[in-house]
Amino acid sequence: MGMTVVEKILARAAGLPSVQVGDVVEPSVDLAMSHENAALVINQYLEVFSGTGQAPKVWDPSRIAIIFDHRVPAESPKTATNHKKIREFVTANGITKFHDVRGDVGGICHQVLPEYGYVRPGFVVVGTDSHTTSHGALGAFSFGVGATEMASAWALGIAVNIEVPATIKVVVKGKFAPMVGPKDLILHLIGQLTAQGANFKVLEFHGETIRNMSTSGRLAICNMSVEAGATSGIVPGDEETVRYLREEAGVTDAITCVQPDADATYVRTVEIDVSALDPQIACPHMVDNVKPIDQVIGTKVQQIVIGSCTNGRLDDLADAAAILRGKKVAEGTRMLVFPASSKIFGQALDRGYIHDLMKAGAVVMNSGCGPCLGVHEGALGDGETALSTTNRNFKGRMGNPTGFVYLCSPVVAAASAITGVITDPRKGA
Amino acid sequence: MAKVIIKLENDISTDDIYPGRFMATVLPTETPQYAFFDRTDFNAQLKAKAFPPNSIIVGGENFGCGSSREQACSTLKGHEVAIVAKSISRIFLQNSINLGLQVVICPGIEASEGDELDITPDHVVNKTTGKTFDQVKLPAARKGIMDAGGLIPYTRARLMARG
Repeated sequence: MGMTVVEKILARAAGLPSVQVGDVVEPSVDLAMSHENAALVINQYLEVFSGTGQAPKVWDPSRIAIIFDHRVPAESPKTATNHKKIREFVTANGITKFHDVRGDVGGICHQVLPEYGYVRPGFVVVGTDSHTTSHGALGAFSFGVGATEMASAWALGIAVNIEVPATIKVVVKGKFAPMVGPKDLILHLIGQLTAQGANFKVLEFHGETIRNMSTSGRLAICNMSVEAGATSGIVPGDEETVRYLREEAGVTDAITCVQPDADATYVRTVEIDVSALDPQIACPHMVDNVKPIDQVIGTKVQQIVIGSCTNGRLDDLADAAAILRGKKVAEGTRMLVFPASSKIFGQALDRGYIHDLMKAGAVVMNSGCGPCLGVHEGALGDGETALSTTNRNFKGRMGNPTGFVYLCSPVVAAASAITGVITDPRKGA
Repeated sequence: MAKVIIKLENDISTDDIYPGRFMATVLPTETPQYAFFDRTDFNAQLKAKAFPPNSIIVGGENFGCGSSREQACSTLKGHEVAIVAKSISRIFLQNSINLGLQVVICPGIEASEGDELDITPDHVVNKTTGKTFDQVKLPAARKGIMDAGGLIPYTRARLMARG
């Protein structure tokens, strides 16, 4: 019987000729990623070894990645102390894929991993972050785990007791209209599937629209696959994957893309034609409360955010800069921009995007998660509304349970910054 | 038998259970104070230990959606509550099993705050209304971890077996 991409990856990683949905397997882990919550992973990891008589030892330090992004620079002594504890662990254990709070190699984990070629097609990637689904953009099976599960992986080098998930095939055709793109596609899909429509399942993306999509766009759609509950999103590796890894990540060793079998079994197939798709907005307070933009045009916004592991990449900043060049952010609205990595920040500087955004009145912040998870760098005031290119709009998400968060693409965010209300970028500001 | 202490809506996120602004607090001994922090009254009751152990939180569909933060489970485990929900988001379910937080998937559950529930191996019985609801058994893959008492003892045993 044929296998899906994830079934093939799991079979390889578990040393089995084949697997099928529901099988319980223990795949070897190719990459294990954590961020600030490594502080908890370390705690659980030491707990695992206590009483065993064995000295704590990570299975393979070269396969562990730790990236500081959630609270950078530290917003509190507590976070700073967590950072310190993690740095000491990194040094003691010889972990080389470590990205500290830095303006050269720092950034959001879900940009740093692809950017440095840490993820390859066919890999099994686990990360202590739900948006670890992002790395399916490079043809890997990549999923989020809790801190204790990561501690187990650090000790054993395997993901224990993984049930082979069923796969939903998503076939996307058509060419995006101007000012419509990958973010609108994934918001639309989440609206169709609902926030739990893909729970315990994989979304495998196919079709001409995906083939023609950049890795940046693929990262955005795989990133938000978890918002439909998916274990992972995945785009089978292709020419674009190889191009990205060679040209942008500087990978020189062999790259093997994994394709699904023609007779693979899917639990469901979803077909989407994007040619008539309008810009999409996820409205408060659920990610699946998705509406075409014309239903929310004119909604007043006090804060615009462009950035995050979903939409803080170079093309996102370029699109925003093109709209804001020579314009001004509306009075009464503040605009915050978070490049997804230091590398992207540098490229955006060189190309003048940062200048354009700042001249328009945007505050350009250091690379990191920023206000997306409501910790620092842009909390909402009581009853305020944000329009953001991030991935979640749960109540309280941007730091204030009385606030409202709308999710959109970078071009919608940029056009709305000029007017101070949700604005259709196709109609101009 | 235990009492339903709160009945929640669908799509309760981990941001609701444990707001992101407290994520720098990681230790299971310290996380319980922030459980459902923005539901001020409920948080105060939990902190005041107003409920006996094994009291039940009833959730709707997609309980625990969103972030993978394990604090959302350790904070509830610290209050010794059990979760009965119509469906549970994947990572939250796995984290609960890993930490030994009692979670029950019960698609048809009908219960109101104050009802007395009896959780049997296969069912949830609402003693107040007299109705019985089927449980969906947890995935078989999780049994080894549950039997070991959580993922830490499970992993420890696996390490010891390797020698």
